[in-house]
Amino acid sequence: MADGKEGDLKLLGMHVSPFAHRVSMALGVKGVRYEYIEEDLFHKSELLLSSNPVHKKVPVLIHDGRPICESLAIVEYVDEVWSGDGRPAILPADPYERAIARFWASYIDDKFFPAWLGIMRATTEEARGEKVKETQDAVQNLEKAFSEIAGGKGFFGGDTVGYLDLALGCFLPWFGAMRMMFGLEVIEAATAPLLAGWAERFGETAVAKEVLPEPEKAVAYAKKLQAYRASLNK
Amino acid sequence: MAGGNDLKLLGMWASPFVVRVKLALSLKGLSYEYVEEDFSTKSELLLRSNPVHKKVPVLIHHGKPICESSIILQYIDEAFAGTGPSLLPADPYERAIARFWAAYIDDKMLAAWTQATKGKTEEERAEGMKQTLATVATLEGAFRDCSKGKPFFGGDSVGYLDVFLGGLLGWVRAYEKLGVKTFDPEKTPLLVAWAERFWSLEAVEPVMPDVSKLVEFGKMLLARAAAAAAGEGN
Repeated sequence: MADGKEGDLKLLGMHVSPFAHRVSMALGVKGVRYEYIEEDLFHKSELLLSSNPVHKKVPVLIHDGRPICESLAIVEYVDEVWSGDGRPAILPADPYERAIARFWASYIDDKFFPAWLGIMRATTEEARGEKVKETQDAVQNLEKAFSEIAGGKGFFGGDTVGYLDLALGCFLPWFGAMRMMFGLEVIEAATAPLLAGWAERFGETAVAKEVLPEPEKAVAYAKKLQAYRASLNK
Repeated sequence: MAGGNDLKLLGMWASPFVVRVKLALSLKGLSYEYVEEDFSTKSELLLRSNPVHKKVPVLIHHGKPICESSIILQYIDEAFAGTGPSLLPADPYERAIARFWAAYIDDKMLAAWTQATKGKTEEERAEGMKQTLATVATLEGAFRDCSKGKPFFGGDSVGYLDVFLGGLLGWVRAYEKLGVKTFDPEKTPLLVAWAERFWSLEAVEPVMPDVSKLVEFGKMLLARAAAAAAGEGN
């Protein structure tokens, strides 16, 4: 709705889903109220299955009964619907800067995310080592991106959080979980000092504190998933 | 020539992603300089402009590179908002739907298609084909929902999704000649009719690649893949 009224707004999410957190944080940035519905991904609700029949995944934002799927498409939707009225913008205004933001968000989803997820899913030391290297290469690219985009400021979005801060910051609880489970630092201060500074800074923002869970929750969920997969292989 | 727009497109004649960008530029009536990249050796300009992925298409506007076809399309729409028709719909919800299906086309349909044509074993390729047909069946439904009885995904006139899927039509026709049928008149009649309609548009026809050249190129790629597979002792 172009006039930005909240209307009937529901977010189907899962308490440790970084993709759902992107949307929660975007809504938080805009100061928009919504009903949050926790999905049990082992027993998906009728509402989820009918709202996202193609992928059957969270997050789904349902606005006035109409579902929007795919976290980055939802964040862009939120940015467009709740614009103006003194609300902070999530994407930059300049078309070229928007293209750069979209490029790196796409990189985060297509290259970075599968790499670190691969570390957790690897079944052999060799496979894990490969994924660790891929992740480190991706972090180096993101470190360079941060230095180019932030322009000396605190966030990818400049003085305040923006699209890329949400796209990457959503993974902080899982980076904490990997530290706890594998002793592995995804963003190492020694090799990625700018990102390490950014991660700490982002974790201190109101929107991150409001939305992101403690890493312990992610660890507990990872164990639940492991047990589930093991039971399938019996 | 770049002319007043200062637009340069780095491309490769057979790439469907490059065709998408050419279609968008043609539909918007924008002039640009086209630089054909060699399939096997990448130019300095390409490597400098897209250091992360080293791939075409790259659009260079006022000397600044934009990469990834979906991002380039949105950039063209935003940077040249006053020129020619809009690619993305005006309504935020419809934009979110367009972005959703664009992601589906690249993440699901193209992935399956690649396996169908480049899979190493007969079995892999058959599975890929099965997946491709399933995704195309889903896209038939998407067309019905998006077009609402009108000729294009974008409604009365061509839009983002028409260009997004349209970029692939050269290869759809080429693969048909190579024995792989992607759009079946019995199973996906709406898409078959849309494809004919789209290809015959004045702004589209001259931009589409030569199908017989694609067939030869496809045969060369398949032979190369077979040789590589044989070399690996598969």
